[in-house]
Amino acid sequence: MKKLLTVSILGAALVAGSAQARDYDHVRFGVDVPYEPMEYRTPDGELTGFDIDLGNALCEEIGITCEWIVQEWDGIIPGLMSRNYDAIMSSMTINDERRQTVLFSDPYFTPPSAWFAPADSELDDATEESLDGKTIGVQRGTLQDNFATDMFGDVASVSRYSTADDMVLDMQAGRLDIVFLDYPVGKSTLLDSESRDYKVVGEMITEPKEYFGDGFGIAFRQRDEALAERFNEALATLQDDGTYDEIYQRYFADDE
Amino acid sequence: MELTTWFTDLLDGNLIFTPQTLGYYWDGLVTTSQLVFLSLLAGLVLAVPLAIGRSSRHRWISLPIYVYTYVFRGTPLLIQLYIIYYGVVFVDGIQESIFWPLLREAFYPALIAFTLNTAAYTTEIFRGAIKATSRGEIEAARAYGMSQSLMMRRIILPSAFRRALPAYGNEVIFMLHASAIASVVTLMDLTGAARFVYARFYAPFEAFLFVAAIYLCLTFAILYFFRFLEKRLLAHLKPA
Repeated sequence: MKKLLTVSILGAALVAGSAQARDYDHVRFGVDVPYEPMEYRTPDGELTGFDIDLGNALCEEIGITCEWIVQEWDGIIPGLMSRNYDAIMSSMTINDERRQTVLFSDPYFTPPSAWFAPADSELDDATEESLDGKTIGVQRGTLQDNFATDMFGDVASVSRYSTADDMVLDMQAGRLDIVFLDYPVGKSTLLDSESRDYKVVGEMITEPKEYFGDGFGIAFRQRDEALAERFNEALATLQDDGTYDEIYQRYFADDE
Repeated sequence: MELTTWFTDLLDGNLIFTPQTLGYYWDGLVTTSQLVFLSLLAGLVLAVPLAIGRSSRHRWISLPIYVYTYVFRGTPLLIQLYIIYYGVVFVDGIQESIFWPLLREAFYPALIAFTLNTAAYTTEIFRGAIKATSRGEIEAARAYGMSQSLMMRRIILPSAFRRALPAYGNEVIFMLHASAIASVVTLMDLTGAARFVYARFYAPFEAFLFVAAIYLCLTFAILYFFRFLEKRLLAHLKPA
């Protein structure tokens, strides 16, 4: 009888303890690989990428240790709920649907969009004047499609493609003057291609938010507000002291 | 007056069918009509000599035409469109040639593909009608001393066209519906407009049901036009 009582008190104490937000000195991140260059493995199996490096730098700034746990994307939020790890840092876009379940940090990255044109094109910026009468290529239904249609649909003609491959083919053929793409996609399909030389036209674009979204955030369990707050502070510090830019350059620098 | 207020009220409470998207549908209707009408017209003009050649007794005339109709009826229109739109780019020197300003646009490759396709079907429709000309008519024409070409012009073709009319009406409707694939090469035809609205508002039912209704109206117009033609031209075949 006495034993049973001890066990149940002990159990109750455990449950109470775990239900309370605890102070983390070790954080486990859930991550879905590969998603280059955000998270992927080097040829010798090491985890690397923008998320991984930034996550490690954040933990160092806070003064805690962290580890990475690989989890398939479709089970990544359930895995957080069932405590397989304490946070998700895996290029997760912040949106209202996910906010119902998880707590997001401040956005730490917005994937940039960019304009690409043949290297010998006379276009060097993307404005209403320079795009007047040009043909713009976009993928149908993407945020780039919405932006280009609303901003330049009146002056330029917008050609919509089902896949990025078809669009690249028409760009090579000379049917398109300029295309508007996710920067990483454009970099791998156009800038790194052998067949013809391309250039980025104008700046990388991440604004306005109603088109380009809230960006990626770190997801926590709802009750871990204190932890999220510590990461937000650390993120602000890293963005101020240049560490963030250094990591950004590591993965998104132009190769030129 | 009541109708306009009803219409503006309808549009007011509606996020999808704004004047802007209705403009897309209208442009799509214009593009589809142009594409289908021009390809049918060009296809018809091509098909008449081809059908005569196809019914020729000389194999060196009829065989190449048979190969052409076999290839274009034996492969999907979508594949033909892909080959003409994307494939033509890989022909050496095409970008410097005088044809490039035309081939650069999505409209003309689509028009060429549709024309060649409908010409192949129409050729076979006409050939069947020519072949079905009754021996008696031909013998009578010969007895009058008509030459081969005069007989073709006065006797065979007029009656063959009449016989081909119902089948050709079907081909016109098929062509209208086949033109829906033009949107895969970036043309904003009716289906292209619907796909745009669908992708923009994530509203498949509204976007596609609306465009389906437009296609239905077009089909009705074509059906009644051919019914009218048949009444006029095939009156002599009606049971008394």
